[in-house]
Amino acid sequence: MYQYDVIDQRIVDERVRQFRDQTNRFLSGELSEDEFRPLRLQNGLYIQRHAPMLRVAIPYGVLSTRQLRMLAFIARRYDRGFGHFSTRQNIQYNWPKLEDVPDILEHLATVQMHAIQTSGNCVRNVTTDHFAGVAQDEIVDPLVWAELLRQWSTFHPEFAFLPRKFKIAIVGADNDRAATLVHDIGIQAVRSESGEIGFRIIVGGGLGRTPIIGHVVREFLPWRHLLTYLDAILRVYNRYGRRDNKYKARIKILVKERSPAEFREAVEAEWKHLEDGPGTLVAEEVARVEARFVRPAYRELPAIDAAHEHRLRAEPAYGRWVSRNVHAHQQDGYCAVSVSLKQHGLPPGDATAEHMDAVADLADRFSFGEVRVTHEQNLVLPHVELRLLAELWGELKALRLATPNIGLLTNIIACPGGDFCSLANAVSIPVAEAIQARFDDLDYLHDIGELDLNISGCMNSCGHHHVGHIGILGVDKGGEEWYQISIGGRQGSDAALGKVIGPSFARAQVPDVIEQLVHVYLAHRESEVERFVDVVRRLGVEPFKEAVYANAD
Amino acid sequence: MPTLIKGRRVVSDSWVFLADEALVPESGPVYVTLKRWLAERESLSARTAAVGVLLSPADDPENLASDIGRFALIAVEFPAFTDGRGYSTARLLRERYGYQGEMRAVGDVLRDQVFLLARCGFDALALRDDQNVESAIAAFADFSEVYQNAADRPGLFARRLAASAGGAR
Repeated sequence: MYQYDVIDQRIVDERVRQFRDQTNRFLSGELSEDEFRPLRLQNGLYIQRHAPMLRVAIPYGVLSTRQLRMLAFIARRYDRGFGHFSTRQNIQYNWPKLEDVPDILEHLATVQMHAIQTSGNCVRNVTTDHFAGVAQDEIVDPLVWAELLRQWSTFHPEFAFLPRKFKIAIVGADNDRAATLVHDIGIQAVRSESGEIGFRIIVGGGLGRTPIIGHVVREFLPWRHLLTYLDAILRVYNRYGRRDNKYKARIKILVKERSPAEFREAVEAEWKHLEDGPGTLVAEEVARVEARFVRPAYRELPAIDAAHEHRLRAEPAYGRWVSRNVHAHQQDGYCAVSVSLKQHGLPPGDATAEHMDAVADLADRFSFGEVRVTHEQNLVLPHVELRLLAELWGELKALRLATPNIGLLTNIIACPGGDFCSLANAVSIPVAEAIQARFDDLDYLHDIGELDLNISGCMNSCGHHHVGHIGILGVDKGGEEWYQISIGGRQGSDAALGKVIGPSFARAQVPDVIEQLVHVYLAHRESEVERFVDVVRRLGVEPFKEAVYANAD
Repeated sequence: MPTLIKGRRVVSDSWVFLADEALVPESGPVYVTLKRWLAERESLSARTAAVGVLLSPADDPENLASDIGRFALIAVEFPAFTDGRGYSTARLLRERYGYQGEMRAVGDVLRDQVFLLARCGFDALALRDDQNVESAIAAFADFSEVYQNAADRPGLFARRLAASAGGAR
């Protein structure tokens, strides 16, 4: 985990003071609502359906237990006792009072946290692989680079008022667990044949109302040029991105309208001026940031733990949990454990203050005091000893946080939806709950196998429905909530966008439709290895469409 | 009249903006649109009094590159404070084209953007009429440190490196 130095801390403290002053000026009438809006958004504060919503940054999804306990404290003191982990690895509070926000930020600053640039038309919180430093398929640990990006983007003076919001994700493993192909900029850390670290730069991906897979603008950018190259991309976007129409203002539209090749030329031309300039990274700086990360002091352990192996065979429920929620680690004798925030009696991604405190206690006992937040809205204990795994499982079960459903149908990604969000056309959470209730038989769920089901309450796609194997989108039809269903989307290194199967459905029909889709899959799969999304790829949408709409007339 | 801040102080403004159709006065500093500058470059340059240019957000500052030493003022317009193109314009003028004269932010120039504007190289701010001047001057000190390299100073890591190299000498 990165530890602030004096300057990092001072900048965050000064932000608290600045935002307190802005809030006071708004409350006294000196700042108009129109003038306050962009300022509060750059601090993650929305005015929502019921109350303000505050989005707190969890930079690249890494939390210390001290920070997680502070999030629990804030949930209790300023909210209704819970928070919502978002698909961008942040946490949202749905019930704070506007006038309390400066105090909340002051509390956060005491544990090196903030809400800087969690919204607004600026560079947002950078996201990464929740298994950074853990995953066996990792080529480069992205955390140091993510922190360098956090510092570069924090109050970047040139890019505070972009045409639209700007999201960056970075990954350093073969398997793209950070969805880099559907971000404004996706960064894939790679190593050249000589072992030098560099980055593949992808631009113009995104979901929302115009879902697009990003384009590679650079196959290999040597690491020292990372920040100047991003400056070049952002400058081209800031100067030429559309500002006449909010729905055409994202960088993906600029890339599309200019063509990726032409956009790339403009970036390269701009970068020629910045190349080797004062923004060029130096090895000393990378080493300095690296040194501020406190890394776990792993023990020397055997790669295999006999008691764990025995229990896997003897206790099927344990085996099932391990098969879904436990992940291989780079360090012998260790593993990473997903704490499922799905099907624990709360909406997807929600956690109560008690959950947060309990997970913090477990992380102190089992995981070097470190917790990760995933873009699938779960938590991870990243460094758990295999020999203590069964003990941890027992603790998680008691908390109802051991649902063995990571990667399965009930591990639903959902936005807060119409229950909270003023943009939504339809509710998301009750739909997720109805589907989870329909598929609550664990044997059946495991038999169905890997299936990503994502729900968005509107075209803004916060629930990433385009890249769900099954995607559900809330649409408004004459003031009523309807749901459009797509299949065949997928995230990761071969990300693809789902195809809509046909006319939308009423809310009550959705669980039936999902069940029919699953039946078609089970009937057509060639083996248990062939996943739902593979069958869709092999057979196309037709057989699914026929089954679902056959009885409709 | 907007209040003009320069060098973190309120100063009087001697510059007159000339609309495209207005007659050019014989004396006194004037500034004109980019369009007029490009059309009347010779005659405007021939004046003995100072001349400046107003850039709109879509104007490419590269148009001024070859004449950059001729201007005593470049004003960059912010039609709305949420239109951030002027920040890039300013950095290009300072860092790429080497402009060293007065660079003034005009239009929707508000207290809460002062710090960012200064970082991008603006040394003069024509504050919108309703702004609290004292508060705007205080805003230059909203943050005591910055991470990025920009027009006002090198990035934090470059300064750190320079300091440690200096210390080692």
